[in-house]
Amino acid sequence: PSNHKGAVLSTLQSLQARAFIFVLFVAVQKCDLHKLDEAPATEVVMTREEGLKYYHIMQTIRRMELKADQLYKQKIIRGFCHLYDGQEACAVGIEAAINMSDHLITAYRAHGYTYTRGGTVKKIMAELTGRRGGIAKGKGGSMHMYCKNFYGGNGIVGAQVPLGAGVALACKYQGNNELCVCLYGDGAANQGQIFETYNMASLWKLPVIFICENNRYGMGTSVERAAASTDYYKRGEFIPGLRVDGMDVLCVREATRFAAEHCRSGKGPILMELQTYRYHGHSMSDPGISYRTRDEIQEVRSKSDPISLLKDRLLSNNMASVEELKVIDVEVRKEIEDAAQFATTDPEPPLDELCNHMFSNNPPVEVRGTNPWAKLKSVS
Amino acid sequence: MAAAVRFFIRGANSRLSVGTGTSGSLGAALLKLSPSCSSRSKTQRRHAAHFTYQPDPVPTQYGETQKMNLFQSVTSALDNTLSSDPTAVIFGEDVAFGGVFRCTVGLRDKYGKDRVFNTPLCEQGIVGFGIGAAVAGATAIAEIQFADYIYPAFDQIVNEAAKYRYRSGNLFDCGNLTIRAPWGCVGHGSLYHSQSPEAFFAHCPGIKVSPHKVKDNIKCSFTDGDPPHHSRAVMQVPSQIINNPLQKSQDLTKYKINTIIITMKARLKRWICDLLSVFFQSVVKTGRLLVSHEAPVTGGFAAEISSTVQEECFLNLEAPISRVCGYDTPFPHIFEPFYIPDKWKCFEAIKRMINY
Repeated sequence: PSNHKGAVLSTLQSLQARAFIFVLFVAVQKCDLHKLDEAPATEVVMTREEGLKYYHIMQTIRRMELKADQLYKQKIIRGFCHLYDGQEACAVGIEAAINMSDHLITAYRAHGYTYTRGGTVKKIMAELTGRRGGIAKGKGGSMHMYCKNFYGGNGIVGAQVPLGAGVALACKYQGNNELCVCLYGDGAANQGQIFETYNMASLWKLPVIFICENNRYGMGTSVERAAASTDYYKRGEFIPGLRVDGMDVLCVREATRFAAEHCRSGKGPILMELQTYRYHGHSMSDPGISYRTRDEIQEVRSKSDPISLLKDRLLSNNMASVEELKVIDVEVRKEIEDAAQFATTDPEPPLDELCNHMFSNNPPVEVRGTNPWAKLKSVS
Repeated sequence: MAAAVRFFIRGANSRLSVGTGTSGSLGAALLKLSPSCSSRSKTQRRHAAHFTYQPDPVPTQYGETQKMNLFQSVTSALDNTLSSDPTAVIFGEDVAFGGVFRCTVGLRDKYGKDRVFNTPLCEQGIVGFGIGAAVAGATAIAEIQFADYIYPAFDQIVNEAAKYRYRSGNLFDCGNLTIRAPWGCVGHGSLYHSQSPEAFFAHCPGIKVSPHKVKDNIKCSFTDGDPPHHSRAVMQVPSQIINNPLQKSQDLTKYKINTIIITMKARLKRWICDLLSVFFQSVVKTGRLLVSHEAPVTGGFAAEISSTVQEECFLNLEAPISRVCGYDTPFPHIFEPFYIPDKWKCFEAIKRMINY
């Protein structure tokens, strides 16, 4: 331990000796527009602090997902597990542009968002393994994680979108200048309830940002084979839309900032399509290579990986040093290891939790079950 | 009729029975020894170590038979249907490569992409589309990927498909429609990949809910005729993947145990008439009945079976009808092994009924 501390201290001392760029003006890709006259800024500002923070968070999400993959293969995590690696820039970019008091809802690929919205890695991993320290007390699993102002974590495709609009209605009604970010995927974009929601949100000018995370594949079906129109940002028709490069965290942040402005000024909903990619298959039971080639995955990894893009930006503009980033990597690895350790050793929730939290009931309610003589108690 | 069978149940996992007066069944349990057998004798123990599964005799009236598992038999039935009926089409999410349960493997290659095709992700659309195709005369076989996803299509099934023949005075019908939806728990499905919605649909007049059991059952359902006042839309609900221990217990009647165990796998052809005649005969013979399914107990299908059986066979019953079903909670994530009605819970119920 003392050796480690010594190494870190000497690294930091040597870093202080170097002169870093603290503020950088970066050009990001232009967004495609639909029914919009203005566009998000293409010249953006990133500070060194921000850069390191985004790097830290994205690296945490990446390592957390890889650890979940490992634990799943060891059968410590069971159930369905949908991993988010490759799409980190979306979660981090969105969170960077909204406040913690804003609301967010997404579908089942939710681990990254649970983290950016305030969940700790420990609690997320314990929820994956179904232990009592989990963020949903071990009762939800991978697809059902929640925390303050984060409404999950929803299993049924597309069902979260009307919910998001409802949250936005509550914000508007309460007049608290908050908004709701409502995410869904390219597969869900063909669900009927999405269009019902577009209509309602637009009619009542709800402060909701619809975000379609287009990772090119709805489970095993590529977008060309599933959608008559793959311009998901135009699908809102009467809702203004943006198509954004979802692998660049700064581009996502700027676009979300623009969208948040739009909502908060009372102009109503706005739709964003984030073009991104997932390295893993749809879930852990999908190898991910029967509908796409390994070369394609490799190409995206080498050319557009969000963490690599950010790292190159930081290093080539002299905003951080290689050692500094390595220190962050080591820290992240340790955090994940500790969390995995906790997740594996924490006890499972007690059996009487089976029936709790079904209703809101003051005197405990009896729950009928397997046999007439075995009634369980439900408290809330 | 006294129970004359000896059980030696080797319990590898411990299962706690909650709230029971008798001892929880952990590990070995011995019921009744036949006087001529010694429990110490090794051969006897081995002989009594587990149920001796007696498979049904191979049916000879249908021609050549082949050993297949459930999914292969579904694929085979679909294959036969597509080859004999030129209007048959199969569609659903991911059916083209074979489906997530491997029920449509090879069919697209064999019959072409205009007969076996993928749909986008929209259950309501899939079923509505299927109804339209069936009404126009095609044999439509729609697949819902997991039964948990069927709820967006609930309106289409219950309001459109089920009532079509009735409300049009037999002018139109969608009897050529079959909807396939895998239900039941797989061991790690959790809340949205494990549900059993048969009770919702059984309650709706105009549709037939039937589980896959044998291939001819599946085939029949595509071409089945119906009493005129029912719509011919048929929904099939194949049984789950996990090795349901209750399957084996159907053999108990062969050992003259005083109970029958019925799972949702029993044939439900005409769900009032045929099914119950089978049940009535057995209840008259043994006097006891246990019904079991994974769906929550309140309002589950076991309730319907129980009440109809007690109406008809009241005087034959020697003990109250037992229902061993899931708890009245959402299907849990981590508690799944505790939730499902497994052989231990059924065994407990059988013991109580015998000792009633």
